[in-house]
Amino acid sequence: MSILVNKNTKVVTQGITGATGQLHTRACREYGTQMVAGVTPGRGGTDFEGIPIFDTVEQSMKATGANASVIYVPPPFAADAIMESVDAGVPLVICITEGIPVLDMVRVKRYMQGKSSRLIGPNCPGVITPGECKIGIMPGYIHKPGSIGVVSRSGTLTYEAVHQLTQLGIGQSSCVGIGGDPVNGTNFIDVLRMFQDDPQTEGIVMIGEIGGSAEEDAAAFIKANVTKPVAAFIGGQTAPKGKRMGHAGAIIAGGKGTAAEKIQALRDAGAHIIPSPAEMGATMAKALGKK
Amino acid sequence: MNIHEYQAKDILRKYGVVVLNGKVATTADEAEAAANALGGGLCVVKAQIHAGGRGKAGGVKLAKTPQEAKQHAAAILGKKLVTHQTGPEGKEVLKVFVEQGCDIAKEYYLGMVIDRATSRVTVMASSEGGVEIEEVAERAPEKILRSTIDPAIGFNDFQGRKLAFGLGLPKDSINKAVGFMRALYRAFMDSDASMVEINPLVLTKSGDLVALDAKMGFDDNALFRHADLREMRDVTEENPKEVEASKFDLSYIALDGNIGCMVNGAGLAMATMDIIKFYGAEPANFLDVGGGATTEKVTEAFKIILSDKNVKGVLVNIFGGIMRCDVVATGVVEAAKQVKLSVPLVVRLEGTNVEQGKKILAESGLDITPANDLADAAKKIVTAVKGR
Repeated sequence: MSILVNKNTKVVTQGITGATGQLHTRACREYGTQMVAGVTPGRGGTDFEGIPIFDTVEQSMKATGANASVIYVPPPFAADAIMESVDAGVPLVICITEGIPVLDMVRVKRYMQGKSSRLIGPNCPGVITPGECKIGIMPGYIHKPGSIGVVSRSGTLTYEAVHQLTQLGIGQSSCVGIGGDPVNGTNFIDVLRMFQDDPQTEGIVMIGEIGGSAEEDAAAFIKANVTKPVAAFIGGQTAPKGKRMGHAGAIIAGGKGTAAEKIQALRDAGAHIIPSPAEMGATMAKALGKK
Repeated sequence: MNIHEYQAKDILRKYGVVVLNGKVATTADEAEAAANALGGGLCVVKAQIHAGGRGKAGGVKLAKTPQEAKQHAAAILGKKLVTHQTGPEGKEVLKVFVEQGCDIAKEYYLGMVIDRATSRVTVMASSEGGVEIEEVAERAPEKILRSTIDPAIGFNDFQGRKLAFGLGLPKDSINKAVGFMRALYRAFMDSDASMVEINPLVLTKSGDLVALDAKMGFDDNALFRHADLREMRDVTEENPKEVEASKFDLSYIALDGNIGCMVNGAGLAMATMDIIKFYGAEPANFLDVGGGATTEKVTEAFKIILSDKNVKGVLVNIFGGIMRCDVVATGVVEAAKQVKLSVPLVVRLEGTNVEQGKKILAESGLDITPANDLADAAKKIVTAVKGR
C-alpha cells in the first residue's frame, strides 16, 4: 500500500527551469516517477526534456491531471509557490526549499486552514515509496521496497538509516522527510498515523533532533495509538544550548527541546531507542524480531 | 541574529513603543557627555552585550551624576562581563548605553515568540518582571499569561486587555498597555523577529508603561529582506570562526572537543558529533558543508576546522546523494594538500560513485584513513586522536 505517493502519483515541478528543478525532475523521472508537468511563470508553452511547462499550477493541473507538486523555488518566493498549489487544490505539496522565513510559513499554515492540500516540508528531502515513486532529492538507489516506514526531520541522516536497513535486507514501505524547519506542514504524528493505518508497514523508524516538542508529542501519540514497533533516534545529544545546528528548527531554546527529554519521552512510550546513529537499521531489525 | 539593547530600543521607538532616552558610549568620556546630554540627573550605565543577566553581574549601574556615569563606564568598558548566559569566559564590553533614570512602581514581563506548537506568534505576559522567565515557568507557570495571535487578523485589542487586566494593571494604564503591545507586535512582524522580550516592562509611578530593557532576535532566514537589520550585526559578539564560515555558506558551530567534523547535512552532522561522543571523545565543532561540496568549500571548511587549536584529528563523513563521492574525494585531497594537513584524517564516503571516491583517496599519497561505515569511522578517529 505505502503512504502518500505511489505509481499513480502525477507530479508537477514548480521551479522546473532552475538548475535544481531540472536536476531533480530528471532524476525522479529516471527513477520511474510520473513527472507530468512543470511550472515557471512566463515559460508556459515550452518544455523541459519533453515535460510540458505551464505559467500557473492551475493550468498544469487542468492539462495533465497532476495530483502532487514539488517545489524547488528559492526562499523569497517559496511560500507564495506553496500557496499557489494549495489554492489550485493540489492534494499533496512537497516543498524542498530550505531558508523560507518562519513568518512566511506561519502565514502559509494559516492560509491552508480549511483547504484540502497536505503540505510536506519545507526544508525536506521529499517522499519516496521505493520502486514506485520518488519525489525529492533523495538518492533512489539506496532504497528497497519493503515494510518499514521511515519518518525523519533530516535529509542525509535519513539516507544513512535507509542505507543501513537496505544493507540488512530490510526494505521500506515509504520514507517521508518532514523537514528541519520549526513551522512545517506535516509532523511526526501525521505520518505515524498513516504508517499505523498502512497494511504494508510493519515497523517504523523515526528520526528526530533537538528543538521544539514534535518528538514529545509523537511519544504521547505512540503510547496511545501505535501498535507497530517504533525505533527512534534523536540527533543532537551533544548540541549546545541556544545554537541553531544547521536546521532552523534545531535549537534548544529556553531550556526546552533537548535530546535527553525527547529520548526519555519516547522510551516511556515504548519506542526502541537507537543508541547510536550506526545502529539505526540494527535496532529496527531487533525490534521486528521481538514482535 | 541578535542585536544589542540600544539597537532594539531604536527599532521599537520608531513603532511608538515607549522607551527611555539614552545614548551609546564607547569611552568613559563619552558616557559622561551622554549623561550630561540627558540632563545631568539620575541615569543608568548599562553594558551592551548579547547576553542577559547583566544586572546581577555588575553590568548595570545607577549613576547620580555624569561624573559617576563616567566612573561606572570606566569600570565596565573593556572588561569581560560574566553572566549566567555568557558562559564562564564572559563577553568583553565594548559599548555602554547611558539611559535616563525612571521611577519604577512595578516590574512586569512581556514577550513575543513564535510558538512551535501552534505555528503562531504568542504573547506572554507576567506580573513577575525583572527575573528570568524560565525560572517563573518552572516555579509558577500559572503566573505566565499567554495569548496567541491569528496571523490573518493581527493583534486584537481585546487580547491586549485580557492580558493587561490579567496582570492587575491599574485601570488607567490598561489602554496604554494595549497600545504598547499592539506596537510591539507590529515591530515584531515588520522586522521578521523570532523573539522580542521586554523584561522588565515597567509601570512608572505616574502610570505609564516603559520598556526598561528590550531584547530582539531575528529570523536568519529573513535577513535577506532586511538590509537595515543586517547593518546592525555585531560580529564582535559572535564566534570568529562562525563568522568566517558564514562567509562561505558553511554552517559551523564551535564546540569544546578535539575531533573536527565535516559532514553534509545538518542531521547527519549532529549524529556524527553524537557518535564521536558515543565512542568516548568530544567533537570540536558542528559543520554542515551542505549540498554542493566544491573544492573551494571543502578547503575553507578544513581551514576553519583546523584553525581551532584544540583539533587533534578530523573526521569527514559524507553521504552523497546528488553529491558524487569522487567529487568530494578530489575536494578533500586538494584541501588537505593546501592546508598541509598534519593531523589524522578519517574519511567515510558513501553514496554515488563511492568506489571512485575511495580510489582517489587511496592514490592521493596523503595519510588518509578510509572508513567503511559510520561506526568504523568514529572508532578510527577516536583511536587515532587518543594516541596524540
